[in-house]
Amino acid sequence: MGLEVLKELSEAFGVSGCEEEVRKLIIEAIQGYVDDYSVDTIGNLIALKKGPPRPSLKVMVAAHMDEVGLMVTHIEKDGTLRFRPVGGIDSRILLSKVVLIGEGKVPGVIGTKPIHLLKDEERRKVVKVDQMAIDIGASSKEEAEEAVKVGDYAAFATDFVQLGDTVKGKAFDDRVGCAVLIELLKERYPFDLYAVFTVQEEVGLRGARVAAYAIEPDLAFVLEGTICDDMPKKKDVSPTTEVGKGPAITIVDRTFFADRRLIKLLIETAEEEGIPYQFKQPVVGGTDAGAIHLTKEGVPSATVAVPCRYLHSPTCLLSLADFENTVRLMKAALLSFNNLCKVMVLKGES
Amino acid sequence: MKELIKRLTEAYGPSGNEEKIREVIREEIKGLADVKVDALGNLIALKKGRGGGIKVMLAAHMDELGVIVTHVDEKGFLRFAPIGGVNPLTLLGGRVVFSDGTVGTIGMERREPGEEKKIPGFDKLYLDVGAKDKDSVPVRVGDVASFSRPFVAQGDRLMAKGFDDRIGCAVLIEVMRELKDSPHDVYFVFSVQEEVGLRGAITSAYGIDPELGLSVDVTATGDTPEARTMAISLGKGPAIKVKDRGMLAHPRVKRLLIETAEEIGIPYQLEILEWGTTDATVIQVSREGVPAGCVSIPCRYIHTPSEMVDYNDVKGAVKLLVALLSKPIEIG
Repeated sequence: MGLEVLKELSEAFGVSGCEEEVRKLIIEAIQGYVDDYSVDTIGNLIALKKGPPRPSLKVMVAAHMDEVGLMVTHIEKDGTLRFRPVGGIDSRILLSKVVLIGEGKVPGVIGTKPIHLLKDEERRKVVKVDQMAIDIGASSKEEAEEAVKVGDYAAFATDFVQLGDTVKGKAFDDRVGCAVLIELLKERYPFDLYAVFTVQEEVGLRGARVAAYAIEPDLAFVLEGTICDDMPKKKDVSPTTEVGKGPAITIVDRTFFADRRLIKLLIETAEEEGIPYQFKQPVVGGTDAGAIHLTKEGVPSATVAVPCRYLHSPTCLLSLADFENTVRLMKAALLSFNNLCKVMVLKGES
Repeated sequence: MKELIKRLTEAYGPSGNEEKIREVIREEIKGLADVKVDALGNLIALKKGRGGGIKVMLAAHMDELGVIVTHVDEKGFLRFAPIGGVNPLTLLGGRVVFSDGTVGTIGMERREPGEEKKIPGFDKLYLDVGAKDKDSVPVRVGDVASFSRPFVAQGDRLMAKGFDDRIGCAVLIEVMRELKDSPHDVYFVFSVQEEVGLRGAITSAYGIDPELGLSVDVTATGDTPEARTMAISLGKGPAIKVKDRGMLAHPRVKRLLIETAEEIGIPYQLEILEWGTTDATVIQVSREGVPAGCVSIPCRYIHTPSEMVDYNDVKGAVKLLVALLSKPIEIG
């Protein structure tokens, strides 16, 4: 289910502020499944799937198109490129990685000193981003400038590959959310569904803020690829989420408290349908829901995510069963119209 | 009013978990105003005026600090994270209570040689609810506990957990009771999620769209041994905010409060708080902007399980607000 779309989305180029390629792919993928779509001023793709003539609910489901990456900030005389991260990147994962730069997708390597030359103390130190450079094989500034320019984005060059019941690829945060949302659009729901593919989540939930303001939804769901830290540990502490244990439901993260009634709806739906689920470690991370739930007079919101190992690195890994179960859970929850209505009726009472 | 304060401070209600405290307040204000709850859970009570006045929003937050379970280990111990600005220093030896009444005590991992004098971080602490194993733990990941500490009145000095900002809630309730004749439509907002980012005030201010916004919250003092310098003391009257980390009070609002205090002859203090802020910060920048200010209750040991206020300051704040809301207000 949706594997081909997930592969295309994962391999597409879409660092925050530069989501056009991803947006085009999604527009193609949702053709025939939506009644209308538009792109707003900041670049969000907003697709409307209409409900019955007199729907009593307006539900927003959001997934962000952007991924973390790099931006070229300076070109050196020797033709190497200085850069800065866009979004949260751990500099330890950068050395020796291949990136694709700018519209021309010019390949480049983030250079590193060979181990033979490293002094003991250097091995123990983390190299800072401002000491790194991308090598595109140019021998001078002029030659480099023919291929790239300051302000160009760079994304990791990572192939999408199936590994048993899992897949590895880049940008599952949040292309897997986009893929889930595309799957959801294949169903018709008893309300107006606004599927919003947002921009600039990784740099401050910016797209979701304006989209929610325009849509003014009654309820919102955010679909994500989320942190997973389930490798063996010394201490018996939270793995945040675990691969293969089902969709992760957020209770609270840095940006919002999920609406308790929506959490209950998700749990009840999962239990009725026999879908495995887990709770994400509380207070960790943040999603577009942080912006959406504070829109205007407030929007009851919830986040459901596919656990992804090695998030924000060039290569993430997720379980296909988790992906499918996230689609199943969300579809069933959205189809339980009466339960969604209960949240609505209670909206003013709680 | 001490009974009310006791009831409010002893109620359970960490940020995002305000159901119980909301019900306590709802009961206390029954019949005094039109009440609704918005999407985030703010309790909004409108006391309509006789006409000819303005739309005023008074905000006090219902939520308090807490801890949230992040993991239940195989032996039945719980790892946790703070909700709001909890200092681990205030936790050791303390107890917390969950909404279902389950009590937990806070334990600490052994400290490595050389680390004995360090204050343990949250990653070194755990909650012990007395469970014998994982299966007998009565709470689960995502459940939230608040400090457990009874209210004490020792003369005029009151001690409790959660004066921040249940004392503000008490002031609002008392103002609702005593305000008999006002030209203004007054929205009493008992807000949620202040401690995690002033969130309830953001949506409630948007919904109300007030012409004047005032928060009622606690402020720190400089009157304790070797305290950080601050010109606020317990018992010298309610504080009228000049500025804090998030807001410069609207000059006319500040003046209005000062003039009112002087008209009715109550002591007051002027507050410059170097850290921390209140709901008024987001009310001030709501929509097209709202003239905003804050009436503060001086409070020692903020964000610990044993905060302390002076009863006279609380009564002074009530008098000040009742007097302000009883007269015409012009903000130009």
